Amino acid sequence: GSGGFRKRKHDNFPHGQRREEKENVNPPSALMTSFKSFQLELDSRHDKYERLVKLSRDITIESKRTIFLLHRFTSAPNGEEILSESEVKLEAVRRKIKQVAQELIGEDMYQFHRAISPGLQEYVEAVSFQYFIKTRSLISVEEINKQLIFTAEDREETTNMTSNCHAKQPHTWSLKVTPVDYLLGVADLTGELMRLCISSVGNGDIDTPFELSQFLRQIYDGFTFIGNTGPYEVSKKLYTLKQSLAKVENACYTLKVRGSEIPKHMLADVFSTKTELIDQEEGLP
Amino acid sequence: MSVSEMFAALQGALGQDQDIREEIRKVVQALEQTAREILTLLQGVHQGPGFQHIPKKCQKAREHFGTVRTQMESLKTKFPADQYYRFHEHWRFVLQRLVFLAAFLVYLESETLVTREAVAEILGIEAERERGFHLDIEDYLSGVLTLASELARLAVNSVTAGDYSRPLRISTFINELDSGFRLLNLKNDSLRKRYDGLKYDVKKIEEVVYDLSIRGLNKEATAGAGEEK
Repeated sequence: GSGGFRKRKHDNFPHGQRREEKENVNPPSALMTSFKSFQLELDSRHDKYERLVKLSRDITIESKRTIFLLHRFTSAPNGEEILSESEVKLEAVRRKIKQVAQELIGEDMYQFHRAISPGLQEYVEAVSFQYFIKTRSLISVEEINKQLIFTAEDREETTNMTSNCHAKQPHTWSLKVTPVDYLLGVADLTGELMRLCISSVGNGDIDTPFELSQFLRQIYDGFTFIGNTGPYEVSKKLYTLKQSLAKVENACYTLKVRGSEIPKHMLADVFSTKTELIDQEEGLP
Repeated sequence: MSVSEMFAALQGALGQDQDIREEIRKVVQALEQTAREILTLLQGVHQGPGFQHIPKKCQKAREHFGTVRTQMESLKTKFPADQYYRFHEHWRFVLQRLVFLAAFLVYLESETLVTREAVAEILGIEAERERGFHLDIEDYLSGVLTLASELARLAVNSVTAGDYSRPLRISTFINELDSGFRLLNLKNDSLRKRYDGLKYDVKKIEEVVYDLSIRGLNKEATAGAGEEK
């Protein structure tokens, strides 16, 4: 009645609550039933997204640790050990990626792409870093994706699969790293290669910088070729890439011009001063 | 493969992607044009004489939706069917707009909330992802929230035009809609922001009903607050 309206206008009590109480007495309307089903659908979607975000974070962390490990690689005796340990780590990352693939069965991957993209980019960076150290070349996206085809390990795994599986459970899962995620991962790789260049000089390795210079130039040429035809995130990386390449080229210059004059054990010192100067000149933002 | 060959292949893939997006943009532009036509048509109900012409406007709007269905058919052909969410951002806005227009149309015809399945049918698309080009639930909900704002405005203009019973029916409808939305656990995204506007629509309609009731203008209150679903 009108008295009720007057009261309702002035208090802050959510009237919806009163309505919900009424609802418990009467059967829910078609609208309420629909919204209940929307609630379930949205909750389920959000839960899956969160699971994927968590997996992506784990992938990122473990990939980053692999990269730190690989920076400790030298052609010294423990080099092989480091490489095998890195392989163990990357296998662990791939097991996480397998879980991602399992979550995405029957889903449109692009609906959840933002959740997993950071992890995948970090993985590309780690695996391509390892590949470069082993082969002095760039791993292709096809090669990366070949390693991301998974089969059911044992019967126990297939029976314990996630709820959105159908009667005919697939025994292989795969995840395809997209061209964009690959490019972004490779762009980040160049930063690590730049660090590798600087540290290899400190270790008395004066060949690696020149190899890196050539390799980085190839990658830079590739990104130049792509230019702005890719998405914005790719173009953004071009600037940092150019800086990394410049640092490596300057390192090679220093080695060439002054390398023969300086005892190896002092090279590292020359290097750190030079790179500090570079950083100051470029006025890093 | 050499590095340059790899990048050439990648550039090819990126270029293809750009081409697809360009094609999609063209169809979306056409859809936006049709949506504007429907909106201009239905907006007319807010004017005084507009109220009497509601059935005619609805019929005309239905005809325009025929055009929408044709344009949707065209849109479906512009990209691989299993990559809906890869390109979803391109049509998300116009789709939400079309959901609102379909919901408004159905409300004007029957004073009920159009279901997701019914909207999908009006637009000539699927309600479920597995069946093909579909209506995402969040786009449906966004469109419905826009309807709430439109009805708040309609409540106000109904009174101005002398229709004192419509606001009461709108009030019942919006309150039930609000109850429905309260069931949802939303994340802090654009849907959540739009939902935050619903309480202002509810309040505005409540104020209209209040203004009518204290002046005794809502004589058909009990009859008007009929059985809405």
